Amino acid sequence: MSKLNRFFASRWGVIVAGAVIGILAPLLQKWGNPKNMGICVACFERDIAGALGLHRAAVVQYIRPEIIGFVLGALIAALIFGEFRPRTGSAPIIRFLLGMFAMIGALVFLGCPWRALLRLAGGDWNAILALLGLIVGIAIGVWFLKNGYNLGRSYRVKPVVGWIMPGIMVVLLLLVIFQPAFYGLNEDGSRAGPIFFSVKGPGSLHAPLLVSLVVGLVIGFLAQRTRFCTMGSIRDVILMGDTHLISGVGALLVVAFIVNLILGQFSPGFVTQPVAHSNHLWNFLGMTLAGLAFALAGGCPGRQLFMAGEGDGDAGIFVLGMITGAAFAHNFNLASSPDAVVEGVLKVGGPSPYGMAAVVVGLVVCGIIGFAAREKE
Amino acid sequence: MATTVDARGFSCPQPVILTRKALEKGQFPIEVWVETATSRENVRRLAEKAGCKVQVEEIGGEFKLTITR
Repeated sequence: MSKLNRFFASRWGVIVAGAVIGILAPLLQKWGNPKNMGICVACFERDIAGALGLHRAAVVQYIRPEIIGFVLGALIAALIFGEFRPRTGSAPIIRFLLGMFAMIGALVFLGCPWRALLRLAGGDWNAILALLGLIVGIAIGVWFLKNGYNLGRSYRVKPVVGWIMPGIMVVLLLLVIFQPAFYGLNEDGSRAGPIFFSVKGPGSLHAPLLVSLVVGLVIGFLAQRTRFCTMGSIRDVILMGDTHLISGVGALLVVAFIVNLILGQFSPGFVTQPVAHSNHLWNFLGMTLAGLAFALAGGCPGRQLFMAGEGDGDAGIFVLGMITGAAFAHNFNLASSPDAVVEGVLKVGGPSPYGMAAVVVGLVVCGIIGFAAREKE
Repeated sequence: MATTVDARGFSCPQPVILTRKALEKGQFPIEVWVETATSRENVRRLAEKAGCKVQVEEIGGEFKLTITR
């Protein structure tokens, strides 16, 4: 066990985790998930928000088993290796808000850092702008960290607190397995509630339930052991010149690129990429906001799920904030629309004026939190 | 003179930032207390990169890292 532990903690451990994600994500796309969206934590949480009827954007509604698997896989790893530590109390309400704005930023770009990497690996060059934005957002977060920003200590709490998020995931799993229809079906065959599943659009595209769940469990397990984190990888380089985590993220990118080539899923370009827009400024700024919010909250959306599986209630609150943010993003028309070709004419997508305003508001709010939560030396 | 860094309850990168400050002051040995295995590994990696020796003890579900030169 200790040999295995040392391997997971080593650079090769995190490289293997990144490589496994790099193999499985493009495969999930082949098995049914939307294009360049084998895994997208933000999109999938947004789909869950839609499936629960928290927003009613009909094309993005599905209870994504990958998300359930991430939390439960991390839970299993944490239990096996004695790392399940129920804890909370480090400014939860601020974490909720950071989760909301992280999601709004991600939905202006149309993807989380994981999907930005997968989009790049699939030839979607818009992801370059997003990754630059992510780096800038994280750099701003690092500046706050260097100036004494922190959200305070968390405290050990009773085990039941740590079991809430895994419990919620089990309920979601039951909902996606049994697909209850308390109101019967609509005329087009779609569900009328309590849950909603897309009959067209990205929400209708998904790998078989069991496949998605198992892939999620495997990734959740590996990521809990290796502390895989996309935000942390960039933060550690900027803050300390530490390249440990980024070697895993690099492995994800390289392996996903190769697997996409093999599967014929690589298609380079800027315009009309799948579920993407080529509005460079807002790809950049959306991800700047997300990067800043992730940095202030101490983890990318994937890592927040894994920590929630370890019993971290604050990470759980961040996840619930993201799901709430997704609901607001669609109800308030903040999420971007993708590029489209209408009667042979390219219509460049991007955020609505409300989405643009929300990004600016988010940056201001995150800035206020960054300044206000500094500890004086 | 010895230094004690109480980073219990802080999530990373806080324990690492606090440890780095203590390393910069250079008053060894440095005792760092952390709560999670993640922080334990991150602090250990930082100290070893700085060319220090690290000894880890688990006490009551918490970790005490003793950093010496």
